[in-house]
Amino acid sequence: MNVHPTYEITGRKVIAVRYDTVIIGAGMSGLSAGVRLAYFEKNVCILERHTTVGGLNSFYRLRKRNYDVGLHAVTNYAEPGTKQGPLSKLLRQLRMKWEDFDLRPQLRSSIVFPDCALHFTNQFNFFVEQIAAAFPQQIDGFRRLVTRIAEHDALDLERSALSARQVVSEYIRDPLLIDMIFCPLMFYGSATPRDMDFNQFVIMFKSIFHEGFGRPFDGIRLILKRLVRHFKSLGGHLKLRAGVQEIRQTNGVATSVLLDDGTEIEAENILSSAGAAETMRMVDPNAPLMKAEPGDISFVESISVLDCEPASLGHRDTIVFYSDSKEFHYERPNVPVDLRSGIVCSPNNFDYSQPLEDGRIRITALADPHYWLNLSEEDYAAAKDYWNSQIIQSALQHLPDFRPHVIDTDVFTPRTIQRFTGHMNGCVYGAPQKFVNGQTPVRNLYLCGTDQGFLGIVGAMLSGITIANRYLLK
Amino acid sequence: MTSDQIRQVILEILERIAPDEDLTDLDDVRPFREQMELDSMDFLDIVMELRKMYRIQIPEEDYSNLNTMAGTVEYLLPRLKDVAVGA
Repeated sequence: MNVHPTYEITGRKVIAVRYDTVIIGAGMSGLSAGVRLAYFEKNVCILERHTTVGGLNSFYRLRKRNYDVGLHAVTNYAEPGTKQGPLSKLLRQLRMKWEDFDLRPQLRSSIVFPDCALHFTNQFNFFVEQIAAAFPQQIDGFRRLVTRIAEHDALDLERSALSARQVVSEYIRDPLLIDMIFCPLMFYGSATPRDMDFNQFVIMFKSIFHEGFGRPFDGIRLILKRLVRHFKSLGGHLKLRAGVQEIRQTNGVATSVLLDDGTEIEAENILSSAGAAETMRMVDPNAPLMKAEPGDISFVESISVLDCEPASLGHRDTIVFYSDSKEFHYERPNVPVDLRSGIVCSPNNFDYSQPLEDGRIRITALADPHYWLNLSEEDYAAAKDYWNSQIIQSALQHLPDFRPHVIDTDVFTPRTIQRFTGHMNGCVYGAPQKFVNGQTPVRNLYLCGTDQGFLGIVGAMLSGITIANRYLLK
Repeated sequence: MTSDQIRQVILEILERIAPDEDLTDLDDVRPFREQMELDSMDFLDIVMELRKMYRIQIPEEDYSNLNTMAGTVEYLLPRLKDVAVGA
């Protein structure tokens, strides 16, 4: 362990400015990595540009109401006490308890395509029965696909890429069923348009269909607050409003980070959750050492606050993934918002012991980041209003008309995401190309988070843990 | 530390790493992995917890000694004989 070898006088305070590891970004992956390192007595500091933690899964307060930023549901649900699976693994690794996450299971979710609906719960057999009933010709192939998925080690850091559509089509012939299976998996975690890497597909399939959805009663802020408290109690440092402008390196070895306010912080190692392209620009904005293209899959989300529970209007599904065309189109649209498909999420529809404070309907649809990023301020506000009503209108095929019950509205766009997370294009699932082993051309600079490649909330946390274990705990 | 004290320390480590496991009937001569859900990440944590608690470095080639409780105690006994519990 490094014992604060250098100090800097800032005003009257003496701060250690050399760390074993500096982590860029206080999202799920950065915080989890931080907990691991601090637990094993590494001198670690997490730097976050924003005023609060969470990154792509943050929270905010608006007109006296609490909102979650990204969270529809935590995937990889497991009953408290379960000994296997990613959630159990990460709780063990973080030395945290099931109560710290307080996950309540979903009620039921649906995949709705023209003339066909499949429902799923956190009991995988229910989904298999649904497929057997709706696609009797395909069920044997589906079962063989499930076996293939079960045998696949998607967490292997040295894995090679493989087309998921190609693999799945070896087992399932009906294109409608293929698209219905891909729809939730892509919506909740694909950085690539149209197809996914098979490893990614396996991770998402297990996390959504095998394990399923849960949500803490208090939303994502509960998990984040517990993580921060745990990290600090272990001696970790967290600096908010501390954006990293530059990663300094000499001969391929990172030496320090330079903050927006001019402070320089030295570190033995740097772990960045800022994104691959974003991180390499911090190393050298003019001649990036590594070719890393930012992704462009992003979303607009309409959030409606209701004066009643959605269930009282007849909407009981936790999440509905819908496509109004038989062929599911997952790609950057050439219109501001792609109204052909979307996700309807009601955070009320989880198995809580008491109702949430108010009703919520969140509707999310693919969006063109270039359109949203290039609008002028006044056009932006008008565009948000216009597309909010369009999104709701198109989703009304899949839920009762809740509009008379709306008491407040918020909308986020790719512009909101870029502004608060620093991810170029406001992309949600990171770069199409993942850096699974976490390495960069700079020897002691590592990547975690969306661009390392484990996605979702549980995936992001495992990403931070895995990279910390592999390189930073030696 | 005595063998019994070391065994107790290992039990406490296992409880921290795998709080959902019931360790009351742990068989000392059967591998941990046959008796509980312990993957390679968890296994490494036993090594790191020992390093954290007693500053003891266990080289990778010695990991096979730690597969069972009996093996772990036997391996650690000479290495921790001059160390007090809770050091």
